[in-house]
Amino acid sequence: MDRALVVWVGAALALVFLMAMPLAWLTVMSVSSEAGTTLGHYRYVFTDPALAKSLWNTVVLAFWVGLVSIAIGAPLAWLTARTDVPGQGLIRGLVLASFVTPPFLGAFAWEMLAGPNAGLLNKVWRGVTGSDHPLVNIYTMPGLIFVVAIYTFPYVYIMIANTLALIASDLEDAASILGAGRLTVARTITLPMVLPAIVSGFILSVLQALALFGSPAILALPAGFHTITTQVWSFFHFPPKIEAAAAISMPLLGATAVLLWLQKRLLGRRGYAAVGGKGGTRRRIALGAWRVPALLACLAVMACAIFLPYGILAKAAFSRAWAQPVGWDNLTLANFTFTFFEYGATRAAIVNTLELGVITASVGAVLVAVLAYVTNRRLVVGHQIVAFLAFAPVVIPGIVLAVALFIAYTRPPFVLYGTLAILFIAYLTKEMPVGYGQSDATFRGIPPDLEDAGRILGAGRLRVLRDITAPLAKSGIIAAWCFIFIGVIRELSASIILFTPNTKVMSVVIFDLKEEGQFGAIAVLGLVMLALTFVTVAIVQRALGRDVLGARE
Amino acid sequence: MPTSPLRLAAFALAVVVALAVAVPVPAQDARVEAARKEGKVVWYTSLVLPSAERVAKLFETAYPGIKVEVHRTGSERILQRVMQELQANIRNADVIHTSDAGHFVLLKGKNLLMKHAPAGVDPFPAGFKDKDGYYYGLRATLNVIAYNTKAVVAAEAPKSWKELLDPKWKGKLVTAHPGYSGVIATHVLALSHLHGWDYFKQLAQNRVMIKQSAADPSVVVASGERVVAVNGGEYTAYKAKKKGNPIEIVYPREGVPLVVSPTAITAFAPHPNAAKLFTDFTFTRDVQQFLADSEGLYTGHPDVKYPADKPKLSDLKLLTVDPEELEKRNEEIKKKFVEAFGA
Repeated sequence: MDRALVVWVGAALALVFLMAMPLAWLTVMSVSSEAGTTLGHYRYVFTDPALAKSLWNTVVLAFWVGLVSIAIGAPLAWLTARTDVPGQGLIRGLVLASFVTPPFLGAFAWEMLAGPNAGLLNKVWRGVTGSDHPLVNIYTMPGLIFVVAIYTFPYVYIMIANTLALIASDLEDAASILGAGRLTVARTITLPMVLPAIVSGFILSVLQALALFGSPAILALPAGFHTITTQVWSFFHFPPKIEAAAAISMPLLGATAVLLWLQKRLLGRRGYAAVGGKGGTRRRIALGAWRVPALLACLAVMACAIFLPYGILAKAAFSRAWAQPVGWDNLTLANFTFTFFEYGATRAAIVNTLELGVITASVGAVLVAVLAYVTNRRLVVGHQIVAFLAFAPVVIPGIVLAVALFIAYTRPPFVLYGTLAILFIAYLTKEMPVGYGQSDATFRGIPPDLEDAGRILGAGRLRVLRDITAPLAKSGIIAAWCFIFIGVIRELSASIILFTPNTKVMSVVIFDLKEEGQFGAIAVLGLVMLALTFVTVAIVQRALGRDVLGARE
Repeated sequence: MPTSPLRLAAFALAVVVALAVAVPVPAQDARVEAARKEGKVVWYTSLVLPSAERVAKLFETAYPGIKVEVHRTGSERILQRVMQELQANIRNADVIHTSDAGHFVLLKGKNLLMKHAPAGVDPFPAGFKDKDGYYYGLRATLNVIAYNTKAVVAAEAPKSWKELLDPKWKGKLVTAHPGYSGVIATHVLALSHLHGWDYFKQLAQNRVMIKQSAADPSVVVASGERVVAVNGGEYTAYKAKKKGNPIEIVYPREGVPLVVSPTAITAFAPHPNAAKLFTDFTFTRDVQQFLADSEGLYTGHPDVKYPADKPKLSDLKLLTVDPEELEKRNEEIKKKFVEAFGA
């Protein structure tokens, strides 16, 4: 079984370098002091009032983001999957756009939209109503929850829309025939069938909110409150408290692990035969007079997530002063000249970002393809464990991973801090579960019969792989490549800990500029980042020949 | 062949004159040549980004073939970077320039600075010179109050630091952060001497918006997001005003914290010759005058003339802090600020 041995040695080595060693260092660091082993850092983290408050803020943020994401995502999913609401393609496209928008860019845009005084929406509100008070103040916990949720609800949407699309209408029809009213049908038939998807979407949203760094740094710090992630980051400030950063990372790691375990259990128990089947018809509910209002409601959500933020980014990019009205005397290309020709860090950051994006995506796509092939075709003993390992990094929030990598790779024998390699390791680890998920689905969709037929006709395994499997898997692998690439170019929470001046990436440069208040340059770089993202998404769409969000066959 | 004594003397004189004129030139060339071989200088600087890029351009124009790599962030972040990099054995920075004089006390104490006196710094005031010759003040600015003239009339604008405590400013103020900015770290220490730490606790009652860079409060005030900046670098407020933003500067009557921002070459500089050439260049009268004219900064250079609409430093009551104290109380300043303001 040398084939198995190669795979196992490879997987074990990857595991050690990507996860085990960094996490071991994280744990050691969290209990070490000059005087020896101590639980003092944990005591500090849990009893210091300011830190306890940041833990609580994180809980509040994550929980509400979960709820609000359901409140937005579930109706939207139902409307597009089960009703005849007009503009379905448009709505799905916009949900996708929200899904790939870097949340920190959204938070930055919402500062300009809903800052209590200079924010555009509040100015309009004051102008229209004559009120002294702002309509919304984005520098508050509810403001933060809102901004995070409008970029997190797609997780709920995807889970629910894909479930709804697979539930046949027969059961609902049967209930109707037996005399149940519409509400009763919804309550007793539809809801129980999508409940696992709703809970699962809730948990995914909570996980996103827990791990987020950029949005709280942009919106919570000005209001004078921390979350765990911003606290971890500030522990790195001089004089550094790396031990405390390690200790406060642990509750975040623990919470993530528990939530994922819960989600797995919930989904694992789901025993509804109707879900996942291909039979039956899915009839769309006629909304009648509600068609247009329903569309408008969807567009209102999308205005918050896409139209308004992108609009204000574009405005800031072309303005001398973002808060002043659009006009000839406020129109300028100076932000572009500054960003591309005067600001020396731009070019290096774009090159670093693209380099890391392409390398991580290429290595990652090949790696997950091999892993998914091996696990799906059960080529080695213990293939379930390989699959588990490929998914395991999902429990590590980006900033925790970064702290662990920082501790592990700033000391001999492996000093990687200061090189792009440490960012590569962080990105590869972080994106592996996403890529593996995509590849796994790809190979699952390729029935082994074709390969077997090839083998029976005398082709070797490699020839089969080349002539049959590879062409069939190609589009799925391209999609995995793109998902990893998009994940890398928007990554902030790990990069902000691991960068050095020579290894800055675009997200870090944007954050740097943010701290200095250089709005114009941020807007320009933000637009570049969005353009890169959308070009990549377009490639996926072409490769897959279908909508990225959907799992419909 | 010179034969007569007179001709001989004339020839000798000519040689001496020629040598006197020519000798400095080859020396200069040798320095430039050595710097050019290194190809670049890596500048960790807290000077606001557009200004830093302009200084870099000036140098690159004066010395073609030597690039300035600008790494701009807040003073406190620069120290964090340098120390983190050294921990991982990364020797990247050639020249370090921050607005927290305490950093240079710390770095000098750890033997991380190279002794280098830039040409022409002798006549600079004592506050711009390290007595041991390791670091020199490249520029200076003040910490001031700035307000939005569309939102507040001059008569109602705060005239002193204490007036900012008035509850009528609740929700209308913005501050920068001593955990990011050396200008603000200096400011917080100076004001704690003047009014005690309670001043900041009371100020926090007015729900002050918290930004990071000392350049940002004037941006926030100019945009109208907040009405009054409770601190911030005077040079960025001055530049915002010059650009036509509705912003006015107040030099508080209790005293104005003066921030002298030192610069030094690292002991481990990978490009030591370029670093020296660049440092000397930034202390020439031309560059110092440029900092005053185009960037609104003060400098230690005795020959620099300031724009007519800038107050003379001698007309202000200046508050200065001791770099040694700033270094010793670095952590305390940040901690107390975070305790008062929450983040």
